[in-house]
Amino acid sequence: MIPSLPRPLWARLGTWGYASLFFFLLFLPLAVVAVFAFNDAPYPAPPWKGFTLDWFWSTNPQRVGLFGDRPLLGSIWTSTKVALWVTGASLAVGTTNAFLIERVRFPGKQALYLMMLAPLVIPGVILGISILAFASHIANLADDLWGIELEFLRPGLVLVALGQFSFVASITTLSVLARLKRFDISLEEAAYNLGASGFTVFRTITLPYLRPALIGSAAIAFLMSFENFNTTLMLVGSDAPLTIMMYGRMREGASPVLNAVSLVLMLLTAAMAIFMLGRGAKRQGA
Amino acid sequence: MHADANRNGPLLMRLGVLLLFTPVVLWLVGLIILPHIELAYLSLRVRLAPRVYEPSFAQYRMFIEEPLYLQTFLRTAVISIVSTALTLVVCFPVAWTIAKIARNRVRSLMFLLCLIPFWVSETVRALGWTILLRESGVLPALLVSLGISDKPPELLYHDATIVLGLVYTSMLFMVVPLISALDSLDDSLIEAAYDLGGNSANILRCIVIPHAAPGIVAGCIVVFMLTLGNYLTPTLLGGKSSQWFTEQIYSQFITRFNWEQGSAFGFLLLGLSTLIVYLGLRLSGQKFTDVMART
Repeated sequence: MIPSLPRPLWARLGTWGYASLFFFLLFLPLAVVAVFAFNDAPYPAPPWKGFTLDWFWSTNPQRVGLFGDRPLLGSIWTSTKVALWVTGASLAVGTTNAFLIERVRFPGKQALYLMMLAPLVIPGVILGISILAFASHIANLADDLWGIELEFLRPGLVLVALGQFSFVASITTLSVLARLKRFDISLEEAAYNLGASGFTVFRTITLPYLRPALIGSAAIAFLMSFENFNTTLMLVGSDAPLTIMMYGRMREGASPVLNAVSLVLMLLTAAMAIFMLGRGAKRQGA
Repeated sequence: MHADANRNGPLLMRLGVLLLFTPVVLWLVGLIILPHIELAYLSLRVRLAPRVYEPSFAQYRMFIEEPLYLQTFLRTAVISIVSTALTLVVCFPVAWTIAKIARNRVRSLMFLLCLIPFWVSETVRALGWTILLRESGVLPALLVSLGISDKPPELLYHDATIVLGLVYTSMLFMVVPLISALDSLDDSLIEAAYDLGGNSANILRCIVIPHAAPGIVAGCIVVFMLTLGNYLTPTLLGGKSSQWFTEQIYSQFITRFNWEQGSAFGFLLLGLSTLIVYLGLRLSGQKFTDVMART
């Protein structure tokens, strides 16, 4: 069971054997996706027909590679734009929420805090349809009453961003609040005693203290938004973000371009992860 | 200077507090509360003629009377429960290895390896499984070349494939709470139990599981919820035969444009999900905020 107890050889072998199998299966699908991005065949399937970079670079109309595939590149850009909006908005709201819960005393705080976390237990599909229904209701009302067409309340990127924001804000709230709770308030008091104004204290003491949590939540928020599928599916209009476009193409029959884009995504996320871990390690080392 | 500060202080404070309240109110009222009221309102009416509606329970009656809908709902619930249980069984030994057996660098490395696949989009992971499992895929080809099977078997589009995909996609949410629960278990308790003659089975039952219960429940709640609300994995790995409930909601809303029926389905799914979360918390005597803060 634990190393300090005598364990028979089979138990030790079993433990490590199982762990190895677990990690093998964990990475198998990702490895397969990566390998078939280089297979010289029109479908991502065996047998291996030889190595090619066509699925990245080719502009041959028979076999369009990732960097020649305008709709796919466009969808990456769409996802990035949405994710940047969602990240900005949920960081701002997450930070104000954290201060509200930690620094302000008011009746019903516990209930409000519960409400802030509620979006995390609402299935994404339902967040999507409820926002879709409500936005359409307002848009129809505006049309009926004043004859104004509120285009942004119809399925499209604004609604996608709002839908993702509705639950990403809960996550940023939690992580900023967790750090703010450990803040030593006497640091701010000392700054006030030394004559600093409220804004200066926030800028020079509180904000630098919160920075790691803010950067961490920004990374998580960006990733959550970029990879979101459920909520996005219900709110999407004519501009498809990447996950929706990939899903659509997979249903039609995948081409290795999807493997190529997946591999690029994996490398980018890995780079981001290494960057974040590097920051974490430096902080611990310092 | 001082008088100024005193005069402006409370006013500024109140203004500041107001500013702090604005975003949260806009967010929760505008994107959560009002949309759900809208959904409830839609689900409780029936369309008589274009733009003529009447309050009614017809949508919910339809759910009970139409066997397909009820079956899909129950099927989704059962597969979700099975997947959650399997996720727990698959993840527990690994969480144990990471929390109790591995040391230092191996331990951090293993933990990191658990996280990495989940930073990659679920679409990519599903793509990987389809390449592995479909009839022309890697695993069937392997089975043929090993002589286990005469012609490549279709491994996609089975219930077992859906379960596999769901377990795979939710493992992280089980491993992390399990590790943190097992981590806080003092090794000397296990040693003591062993000295007193306990064997692996009853140490697990009497010491490890009671101690890890909060982590187990937290993991199960999150995994069940995500599984129930999943759309991508069941539809891609289950194909046309997946019959997943979120798919019903999608087809009512987007394909058939029957928002009344879709809203009722949405509420039923939300109800089941909330019920399970509530029961899980009650059974383990935990607070919602603690569980959420931990995961």
